[in-house]
Amino acid sequence: MSAAPAIAAPAPVKPEGHTLPVVVICVLIVLAWYVAAIPMNWVVTGPKAEAAGGGLANLLLFSWNEARPVIPAPHQIAVELWKSVFMVKPWMPKSLLFHGWVTLSSTLLGFVLGSLLGVVLAIAIVHLRFLAKSLMPWIIASQTIPILAIAPMLIVVLGSLGFTGLLPKSLISMYLCFFPVTIGMVKGLTSPETMQLDLMRTYNASRSQVLWKLRFPASVPFLFTSLKVAVAIALTGAIVGELPTGAVAGIGARLLQGSYYGQTVQIWAALFMGSFIAAGLVWLVGVAERLILKRMGARP
Amino acid sequence: MTEARFTGILYPALFGLAVLFVWQAVVVGFGVPAVLLPAPSDIAAKFAASLPLLWADFVQTVIRAVIPGWFIGSMAGFLTAILCDRIPFLRRGLLPLGNLVAALPIVGVAPIMVMWFGFDWQSKVAMVVVMTFFPMLVNAVAGLEASGHLERDLMRSYGASWWQTLVKLRLPAAMPFVFNALKINSTLAMIGAIVAEFFGTPIVGMGFRISTEVGRLGLDMVWAEIAVAAITGSAFYGLLVFMERRVTFWHPSYRT
Repeated sequence: MSAAPAIAAPAPVKPEGHTLPVVVICVLIVLAWYVAAIPMNWVVTGPKAEAAGGGLANLLLFSWNEARPVIPAPHQIAVELWKSVFMVKPWMPKSLLFHGWVTLSSTLLGFVLGSLLGVVLAIAIVHLRFLAKSLMPWIIASQTIPILAIAPMLIVVLGSLGFTGLLPKSLISMYLCFFPVTIGMVKGLTSPETMQLDLMRTYNASRSQVLWKLRFPASVPFLFTSLKVAVAIALTGAIVGELPTGAVAGIGARLLQGSYYGQTVQIWAALFMGSFIAAGLVWLVGVAERLILKRMGARP
Repeated sequence: MTEARFTGILYPALFGLAVLFVWQAVVVGFGVPAVLLPAPSDIAAKFAASLPLLWADFVQTVIRAVIPGWFIGSMAGFLTAILCDRIPFLRRGLLPLGNLVAALPIVGVAPIMVMWFGFDWQSKVAMVVVMTFFPMLVNAVAGLEASGHLERDLMRSYGASWWQTLVKLRLPAAMPFVFNALKINSTLAMIGAIVAEFFGTPIVGMGFRISTEVGRLGLDMVWAEIAVAAITGSAFYGLLVFMERRVTFWHPSYRT
């Protein structure tokens, strides 16, 4: 690298050029994890390993198989995931699939509601000038309130109003969701150039025709970029919404139980489950994006 | 310009006042019980009455946890981005992972951080660091690639070294991206610190106060904390916008 030209030209990134580095880095992370588990678990496992006669083999054995470790070894998490996903019936409260589904359902409801609200707000803001001036700053300000932090309060208040179960959690997801969608859609709906708008005017197109035939198709790429952000943040909202005591099901409740009872492996397994759901949702939105853009005639 | 700026403040201010007015009118008019939704006047009274308590919570959560964590996390992400820029292999490996992690529900590591670093502010700082690292990494890497071919070729024709190119061309060009990440991180840092307090804290802090007051149905106090959080968040954000204008005054979006 030292002899390389002073300014590295940004080489066109080939899709296949990512696999090897990603795999190498993942392997390095797992290795570092195993190594880090030895000193981090020393508090718990050190005495046990010494009582068993000491030596490296005993140390490794105890560090990587401790039942209540400070940091569990990756294979322990994998085993816990396997046990709680495949070895338990999916409708039992012990199954991670059950908790995952609870979280997923409120995520999806919140995502749909939030995206609709976001699109409607964006259309209103683009068409009504006074809304653009008065509402936009408040929409931005609404996101500086750490809504995730007050989510448990909303859950409790809504619960005392008689809204329990799915809806309160979904409302939190919705509140988080609408923002990226509104911002992206305002950008997208205003992305047609003056030339194109003028063309629509020469056709004597009405405002709704301009919206449906020009503005909306132009905004679809922006919409999907926002939806990817929105679906990830909706899941986070649903998980935090499950944190207040009383929630008995869902990834968030699982995290909380694990933290109460010191079940580290359970926390990590729930965390990984949440991550898989997030990655899956973002991937699904990406697939929908490719399909729809292809149908609209975008070049692949 | 001044007129546009004036209306830019006037319209949102009027809108906000209207919302407050309707809120007050609905609560008083329909007799909504205070355990559901306190009136803005009650919240203001509570706010004024419990200033020392709010200040203690503010110090614990914002001064001790949010700001150090935000600074360390953003700095670490930024330095890693420069390292990635120096070692392309690292960039190609770390960037897809960073993009993935940015989509994950990172707030979930809060119980682990509390377990590792204890109940006090250290675990909150760690939480904020974890939350702010990846947005900065992803944005800064994108920003370091933002300078154009022509400009880089110009630097090369000057015989500029990698460091000179970095400091004089590519870092300034990356600043809009860096500020974008700093703004995202300012919100994430508040969320991270407050959520981490739900999993264990000494008996002070905004997250602790919110969760205990909810339990006691003292919603006026909860709303006072929310007001503190909103004011802090908006001020934090506004400060960053101000700094961004000063640093990236050359950017097309600020040209008149």
